[in-house]
Formats: sequence, C-alpha cells, structure tokens
Amino acid sequence: MSTEIRFILNGNEIQMQVEDHWTLLHLLREVIGLSGTKEGCGSGECGACTVIVDGQAINSCLYLAPEINDRELLTIEGLAAADGTLHPLQQSFVENGGIQCGFCSPGMIMSSKALLYENPAPTVDDIKHALAGNLCRCTGYTQIFDSVQAATEKALGDVTVVAWKNGAQK
Amino acid sequence: MKTFTYLVPKTLDEAVSMFESHGERAMYVAGGTDVVVKAKQGKIAPDYLISLKHVKGQDQLEVKPDTNELIIGALVTHRTLETSKLIRKQYPIIHDAVQHIGSTQIRNVATIGGNLVNAVPSADGAIPLIAQDAVAKIYGPNGEKEVDLIHFFEGPGQTVLEPGEILKEIVIPAQTSHTGGAYKKVGRRAAMELPLIGIGVVLVLDPATSICQKARICLGVAAPTPLRTLSAERFLTGKMLDEEVLTEAGNMAAEESRVRDSIRGQAWYRREMVSVFVRRMGMRCLERIKEKYYGG
Repeated sequence: MSTEIRFILNGNEIQMQVEDHWTLLHLLREVIGLSGTKEGCGSGECGACTVIVDGQAINSCLYLAPEINDRELLTIEGLAAADGTLHPLQQSFVENGGIQCGFCSPGMIMSSKALLYENPAPTVDDIKHALAGNLCRCTGYTQIFDSVQAATEKALGDVTVVAWKNGAQK
Repeated sequence: MKTFTYLVPKTLDEAVSMFESHGERAMYVAGGTDVVVKAKQGKIAPDYLISLKHVKGQDQLEVKPDTNELIIGALVTHRTLETSKLIRKQYPIIHDAVQHIGSTQIRNVATIGGNLVNAVPSADGAIPLIAQDAVAKIYGPNGEKEVDLIHFFEGPGQTVLEPGEILKEIVIPAQTSHTGGAYKKVGRRAAMELPLIGIGVVLVLDPATSICQKARICLGVAAPTPLRTLSAERFLTGKMLDEEVLTEAGNMAAEESRVRDSIRGQAWYRREMVSVFVRRMGMRCLERIKEKYYGG
C-alpha cells in the first residue's frame, strides 16, 4: 500500500507518495536521491543513517517512511549554506581530523547537531553520551569528540549552530 | 523488507477493531525499533502493521493529582523518560535504567511499552518498574484488565497479552516517604549493549526509626523473566540497614538468581555481580534517601 505524505525536507516542503514498507533511509537514498545519509548495519546499531526529525536524532534505517508525514526532516545535505559554505560543525570535523574514511561522518555530524539543539555547551561526557550510537572504525573517536567541542567553543554565541527553526522542539 | 500496509488508528478502539478485522496477519507496532529490524530480517512478516504511535493520550507521563500514582503511557519514549525532570528527581531508578538503553537515536523512538511487550530477558526497562510495584494496564477486545508487571512476563518474548490486546499504560503506586531506588546495568560498555545482568533495588525506611519497612530487589537476565529475590527482600525488611546487612542480602540474592552461561557472560560472573551490585545499589538507595529527606 502507498500513502500520501507531506513533510519538510531540509527546509523544502515535499508532498509525495511513499510505499508503507519503505524506511526513511530508503526514501532518502533510493527515491529522493539524497545519498549523504549512509546505510551501515541497517539495524540501528551503527548510527551511519542518523537524521534529525523534529529536532531529534533518529536512525532512518528503522524509521518507516509514512511516519515522516507532517514532520520536519533535516539531513546532512541540509547543513551547508546554499553557496556551499560548510556548517560550522562540518568545518570543525574537517579541521580537527574528525573525518577519515568519511562513512560515519554524516551520522556523527547529525547526532552532534541534535545534541547542540538541546545542549549548546556540552561537556565531553555529554558528547560521548550523545554519540554513543554512532560507530567509527577509523578515528578512535577522540578527534570526533574534539571536533564537536571545538565547534561548540567557536560557536557559542553563534546562533546558526544551535538554533532550531521556529516551533523548536527542544 | 516484505510489503505491508501501515495502519494509523487514532483511538485504542479503532486499533483493536483493525486487529480484529485482520487477525493473525496484523501486528501492533509502537516505536518500531525492534519490529522493523525483525521485519527486515524476515523473522516476522505481517501484512498489516497497526501503529499505536498516533493513539491519543498514550504518551502521557504524569503523577495523578488525586492518587499520586505515576502514570507512564505505553508510548512514552525512553528519551522522554531520560530527560524528564520528574523522573530524574522523584524516580531516579528509572533514569538510571533508561539513560543507557540503546542509543540516543533509539531512545528517541523506542517506547517503554514496546520494551515491555518484547519481553526479552535482557530488557532494562522492566526492572526498575517492577521494583516499584508497577501495574500494567491492558486494553483489548474484551475491555480493560490489569496485572502486576512482575506477572506480565511469561517467558522470553512471551507476555500475558492475548491476541489483539494492547499494553496501555504502566501505573506506579504513590511513593511513600523515605523511598530510595537505584538500578545498575552491568555490561561491557554503557551504550548499545544488552546487560550481562541488571539489578534494581528499592528500599523504604521508617521515617522515625530508619528501619527498613519494605525492600524490593529485582533482577534482569537472572532468569527467563524478570526475577524478584524474595528471601533477600524479606531478610532486609525490619532491619537497620548498613553495608554489612546489604552485603548479606546481596549474597542471598545471588543464591536466589537463576543465572546461566550465555555468549555475553558466564553464570558464576553474573552471580558475583548480583552480589556486588545488590549491595552497591542498596547503598545508593540509602544515599538517595539521605539526600532527599535529610538534605544530604
């Protein structure tokens, strides 16, 4: 069966038909063509598919597409500015060695972004707790925690990092 | 994943009648973090998934003003419990457990009701609730019924729910003064890990004498279903509690546990951990009572 849904994807309103059994990850990668969100394990263990729904990080591989109806979705493609300027979190991952092979990076960055909505000044322990569902096989995590912390410090006061859109969830 | 039709009822009655029209071909789903994995793996193949996510009132989390009971709607997510000030302050044993279930991404979606209905022996969610004498309210084709949460579980993956029945909410009785609770998940790492063993302790002291009036020791992964160690509980009741008494209770609880060897850990180690963490969680209960009722 298919269902008609409306949702906001990276600021753009979308109306479309989805099959009930599609996951949000399938919808993004295979139907809409946004392949920044990665599929790692496909079972909620690795966090590579993390996206933000109504301000909260979720695993898109376990989220059924019909459930995105009436919600606001942010993916890694929605972070950089229209002119290609990287989001401060992305820039910080580049500058601090938070990216090696890059496969976990979109998920890591989306989990970090969701953390900053709730907690603009996280401690290292807060960062570890928030990223505990994102696996990385390259960095050993330290550079990733450094990247998030550096972005936080640099951007405290810079609302573009932490602001959630009007009607903020948290 | 096999195709299915996703149904979105707005009321419990609507959900139940949808189930009755489709029978065995239908399945309820809450957050979906287990159901979708199982569907992907082909372990289940429903033709209809009936989502309980949009049923009104299923996500309430509040203390009822008239009875002081804590009501946790089945659709409350682990993340809501984790971030709730009410839970953190008044029911810290629940916070202890939910903060390490899955990951942030899972906790944002997965529900306490789903965790309970799955009835896996390793579910962290049930233990602190049982330790607080929680009652499960169930709604189904034959109306409402309720069962003590400890009796909700019948075996791994099995509960008292009959076909078509829905776990509606969890009710925790009014908390008496001088109650303290604490939970520990013992595992190799904090996140994305099922517990080797889970230990929940709740102690209630007499406000005047500080003698233990009531004790609950509830273990996860110590048996096919959550287990209360009744002898250890009885041993504590009526005693003045200190580390020595709690050590003895820990040893008794370890004896009562029905732990076994599994891929995640061996029985002897689990037994040791029961002994150690019943003591430590008991001590934490006492600390929490002290902080809350005697201002530290």
